[in-house]
Amino acid sequence: MQRQLANMKQSLFDQGYLDEQFIQLEELQDDANPNFVEEVVTLYYRDSARLIQSIEQALEKSPLDFSKLECLMHQFKGSSSSIGAKRVKSECTQFKEYCRVGNSDGCKRTFQQLKKEYATLKKKVEVYFQFARQIGPVEKACRSK
Amino acid sequence: MDLGVKSTPYTSSNASWKSAADAVPGRFPAGLKVLVVDDDPTCLRILEKMLKNCLYEVTTCNRAEVALNFLRDHKNGCDIVISDVHMPDMDGFKLLEHVGLEMDLPVIMMSADDSKQVVMKGVTHGACDYLIKPVRIEALKNIWQHVVRKKQHELKDKDLEHSGSVEEGDRQPKTYEDADCSHSANEGNWKNSKRRKDEEDEAEDRDDTSALKKPRVVWSVELHQQFVTAVNQLGIDKAVPKKILELMNVPGLTRENVASHLQKYRLYLRRLSGVSQHHNGLGSPFMGATDAQFVSMSSLNSVDLQALAASAHIPNHSLASIQAAALGRATSKSPIPLPLVDQRNIFNFENPKLRFGEGQNESSSKQVNLLHGVPMNMNSKQLSSLHQSALSNMNMHTHPQTSQSSSLMMQMAQLQPQLRPQNLNDIKGSRNGIEIISGPQYTSHPKPSTSADFTSQSKDFSGNKAFPLPCNSGMSGAVMKGSRAFLPNYDVLNNLNQSRNQEWRMQNAGSSFGLPQHSSIQRGLDVSSSLGESRILPANKASLSLVEGHGNTPNVSQHLNFPAYDKSLRSKAERLPGMGFQNGLLHERFGQEDLMSALLKQQQEGMVVPVETEFGYDGYQLDNLPV
Repeated sequence: MQRQLANMKQSLFDQGYLDEQFIQLEELQDDANPNFVEEVVTLYYRDSARLIQSIEQALEKSPLDFSKLECLMHQFKGSSSSIGAKRVKSECTQFKEYCRVGNSDGCKRTFQQLKKEYATLKKKVEVYFQFARQIGPVEKACRSK
Repeated sequence: MDLGVKSTPYTSSNASWKSAADAVPGRFPAGLKVLVVDDDPTCLRILEKMLKNCLYEVTTCNRAEVALNFLRDHKNGCDIVISDVHMPDMDGFKLLEHVGLEMDLPVIMMSADDSKQVVMKGVTHGACDYLIKPVRIEALKNIWQHVVRKKQHELKDKDLEHSGSVEEGDRQPKTYEDADCSHSANEGNWKNSKRRKDEEDEAEDRDDTSALKKPRVVWSVELHQQFVTAVNQLGIDKAVPKKILELMNVPGLTRENVASHLQKYRLYLRRLSGVSQHHNGLGSPFMGATDAQFVSMSSLNSVDLQALAASAHIPNHSLASIQAAALGRATSKSPIPLPLVDQRNIFNFENPKLRFGEGQNESSSKQVNLLHGVPMNMNSKQLSSLHQSALSNMNMHTHPQTSQSSSLMMQMAQLQPQLRPQNLNDIKGSRNGIEIISGPQYTSHPKPSTSADFTSQSKDFSGNKAFPLPCNSGMSGAVMKGSRAFLPNYDVLNNLNQSRNQEWRMQNAGSSFGLPQHSSIQRGLDVSSSLGESRILPANKASLSLVEGHGNTPNVSQHLNFPAYDKSLRSKAERLPGMGFQNGLLHERFGQEDLMSALLKQQQEGMVVPVETEFGYDGYQLDNLPV
């Protein structure tokens, strides 16, 4: 079971969904906060949902307000990077770049891509956390990093 | 504590620190009190956990204003602040300035943005470090060094200022040793050891010593005003902490407090002057006697700008942006906490009763206290005098319009409680001189040309300059030139202010002076000199030369009349790219404008000098910080 969990995590890393920052979060987890990572990720998804919505709304305007979009995306990128959402983060970077050059289509396309990555990651980590919880705290503590 | 602030068990006394340290003996810097400000809840949570893992005491906050209130209410409640750069309610740099000025705490900025400009901004605004998100725990482990370093500097300052107690020097290393030696028997609490040293210091060299514990002094507006007044009275060169302290006569204030504040003040002034110089490319020739003035002008510019903004009812954010821009421009100096003036201070024109002949705008009602909390050291007499004059001007209550010009003055006034209304007389006849257009609001102000009589005399600043800023309603068009805007960008203003008692007639028709952004005073000077305007500058040639030296006048350039001059000026003018000031804000140039306007008048009757700031707002939000 433990190995399964480890494999799961490893594959998330291998596929580029998560990066080093996620490990940092895991290292913060301890007996006092055994579900710290899950809490943070949950918090992230909750908070970023409204950002996603704001961006969506902004993308519907015409013409696009690139500086506002860039600003929103900057916030979103900051959040995403702090939980180690690697793919999401790179989409953010791409989006910001399109904003910078004023490429509306690029922005919209990238945003769709971003939402996909965002949703995929969410599902994957949910599975991961569920599994981790099942394993139990004892094993969690022994879980190899 | 619940101010919307989540915190770990926090006690504002030393006890918490001590107990934390004692609880984990030999684990300095455990117990360090950290305040984290970030609007992103995910980041906030992560940082909190990381800091707790470092055994720090963490207080979190998702809004800058709440954080500031927290800091103000709990004087010893925090050792270091970590703040995000981009926050919706207040720009992180602004918070940085406030904290630096008011509480003098080390501040670390962080952002996902790692572009050089932003990092540089952090440096110039006085941040002691800049972290790139996502933040790693390793980066947080060592933040205690900033606290220690700051304390060390403060103690050193005291040492320098100290009237020569050898022991201090001896004690210092010992104390630091203690601090570093986490397993020293008594010094489990490094902070205590420092305190002890402070106490010893205080007991040694101060008769009117404060309590045993050295509380952190909050340099409020009033306190800073008193400070600046005292400094000006003594003369910037002669201002020593002991005397300043005596003059200030504030119970509980120690020489060390004054000393460290003085140091910051000097650095600030130096920075401003350095920026101005840098920007204006003022050559040495001009800086002779006038540099001080010039510098002070620069420093005042920023202040003025704010003041003007305030008076001009500039939206907070624009003021902030201006200030930020102005402050941001001061790059050359070491990170000196920018004199972030509380907005309320800035907009607080009550004190300054500038008596401008003209309708003073209501801005006067707001006292601009740009210099509030500015730990600047007037590095030049001029600055002091500027301050004084500014203050004096400010005291003179002027109509709202003039208040603008006096906003600078006001600021100065704020700094210096004593105002001398004498200057006002000069202003009396002035008509709304310069309109300071701060940001959008003013751009379209067609104000009747007003002539601002800026009697800025570099040497005479002490309260003799009344800068009549005939500002039309709310537009402190002319930033108190007299008061030496602190905005480095507005060299023009600086120059003008510094100058001399010249009467600047600002024709401010509408509001915006075309300030070609370069506030190079030189330009102004050039213009004036080129115009051969002597009537405007009845003043001494010195001033004129000063003006020339500075060559500011971007504003003038805008005048149609001076197209030619513009060019010459422009060449000298510096761009203030960072300045997000709108034309209105160029009130700083005000001084120049006045001069120019006077000159222009000659040429063209009723010329209106539109003050246009070419700076766009850079989006800083100047929030009214409740104090």
